[in-house]
Amino acid sequence: MSSGRGDKRHGRRGGSQHCKEIKCKQANLGTDVNESSPIIQQFLAYQKVLDAKHDKHERLVKLSRDVTIESKRTIFLLQRITGREDEKENILSEAEKKLSDIRMSKWKLVSAELQGEDPYQYIKAYYPGLQEYIEAVSFFHYLKFGKLISLEALQETMVFPCDCKQSQPSAAEVSKTNGESNQSKLEHGSSDVIGESSVDRPSALHSSLADQSDSADESAEEMSVHIPPMEYMLGIGDLTGELMRVAINSIGIGDIEKPFELCSFLRGIHDGFLLFGNINRYLSRKMYTLKQSLQKVENGCYTLQVRGSEIPKHMLADVLNSSESDRVLYHDVDGTSDAF
Amino acid sequence: MAQAQNVTEAFSSFQQYLNEEQDVREEIRVVVRDLEQKTREILAVLQGIHQPDGVKQLSEICKKARGCLVDIRQLFDSLKEKVPKDQYYRFHDHWRFCIQRLSFLAALIVYLETEALITQTETAETLGVAAQKEDGFHLELDDYLMGLLQMASELINLHWKPPSNNPSNRAFTDDVKFQSRLAVNAVTSGDYSRPIRIASFVGELDSGFRLLNLKNDSLRKKFDGLKYDLKKVEEVVYDVTIRGLRPDGVSADPASS
Repeated sequence: MSSGRGDKRHGRRGGSQHCKEIKCKQANLGTDVNESSPIIQQFLAYQKVLDAKHDKHERLVKLSRDVTIESKRTIFLLQRITGREDEKENILSEAEKKLSDIRMSKWKLVSAELQGEDPYQYIKAYYPGLQEYIEAVSFFHYLKFGKLISLEALQETMVFPCDCKQSQPSAAEVSKTNGESNQSKLEHGSSDVIGESSVDRPSALHSSLADQSDSADESAEEMSVHIPPMEYMLGIGDLTGELMRVAINSIGIGDIEKPFELCSFLRGIHDGFLLFGNINRYLSRKMYTLKQSLQKVENGCYTLQVRGSEIPKHMLADVLNSSESDRVLYHDVDGTSDAF
Repeated sequence: MAQAQNVTEAFSSFQQYLNEEQDVREEIRVVVRDLEQKTREILAVLQGIHQPDGVKQLSEICKKARGCLVDIRQLFDSLKEKVPKDQYYRFHDHWRFCIQRLSFLAALIVYLETEALITQTETAETLGVAAQKEDGFHLELDDYLMGLLQMASELINLHWKPPSNNPSNRAFTDDVKFQSRLAVNAVTSGDYSRPIRIASFVGELDSGFRLLNLKNDSLRKKFDGLKYDLKKVEEVVYDVTIRGLRPDGVSADPASS
């Protein structure tokens, strides 16, 4: 009964927000909270439903914010790759660890929250984190494999075994997917060593496009965070900004092949975006930034092509530094020019 | 160029996704347009209660309105087929307004018939949709509550309409003057107890809404308008009472009755 009294007090407090005149009249009418009334009973039930919904929303917003922060850190980490192979390996494995940490500590919680829910109901709560995470993972994937990660591969990383029945999901999956991704999923379930296994997974999935529908169909034993294709595309839009930075940096350190490679990759994405037309304002905004990034890289490539022939490679960086951006890493010029 | 192919693949599958979504949306739009049309028809029927002798014909008007609800249920059935399973919220915006308006109409019918508050489950049943989201195409709690608030405005307008413009009855501004005269007629034609009962009902509704911890959304905004509706109806009660027109047997206080 204490809850009933608490609600009554709450109702009165709400009344003080109203203007005084109304409150007076209301007192005259005697329409104060009456717990026994069916209407009040009804609303007490609605109160619980609404509170539960709002609480869940808030929890998801918090998780999403954490994901955003960690993903941004991973992206910064990946930007520190300069060109030396051993250093690249170190950074990549560190980033991989970070990404799998995000998965296990954040997305798993999100997927638990979303279990049994319509994936679109709470998307507004966590899409910022999702986009940032997609950006980080696709960036990592590009640096490691030189390819665009597919939505299916991304979706695969977001499937978690349900804690309550841990032995069943892996058994169910054995029959479903092919060898490599199978093994990675098993590891995924039994231990935290997803770092190593997730390397193989995307490539394995690229080959089996027929399996893509499997990622969408959720079995009862596993939980997943659904990635709407729109969020994937917006994440890819963000990726291009990072790639632009990589391209400019690699010009700076005297790598004359990478900028061209990145330029054609960016052009491919740009052309793809062009086909979509005006779908929504988020996409058009990404398109605008993408255009600017592409132009920067194209200008860089132009300079490299035109002036590259007349300037010795070890001096190229200095020339481009003056014409390009200040994002160039000066201190790496000496270290890498030895390679040529 | 494996790389280029990889990119093209991603984009063409996204393009396909967009096309499919577009198709679904168009199909939904067609059904929702019919739903909106039917909803307006019911609204028009129920506007009959504002006619000079409307209050006396309540049961006929309600019967007629309930007859139209059959079409609504059929339309919801076909809408259910168009919306992919588990994607209610992806397309929710298409019918959100319509289902709010329909909840309002259902609540109004029930009030006019029995002077009781319709529950979420009853509303869902009336419209032929599920009450819980677990059961598929359902009536969202927010939409139901929005309907109740619209009903509160409508009930009060039934008896008293302010001469100035009032944001909460935007939909009915065309006949403000007419209804304002009607309100006077309703009271002068002898139905003094009804405004008092409505005041009590809406007052209780208000107490109910105050139990909810609303977020800063449209529901909250609409609820903030409820106090003005309440103020209006209380002024009518005041007018009736101060002139000694208030019937003895009618109490505005549900607790003491």
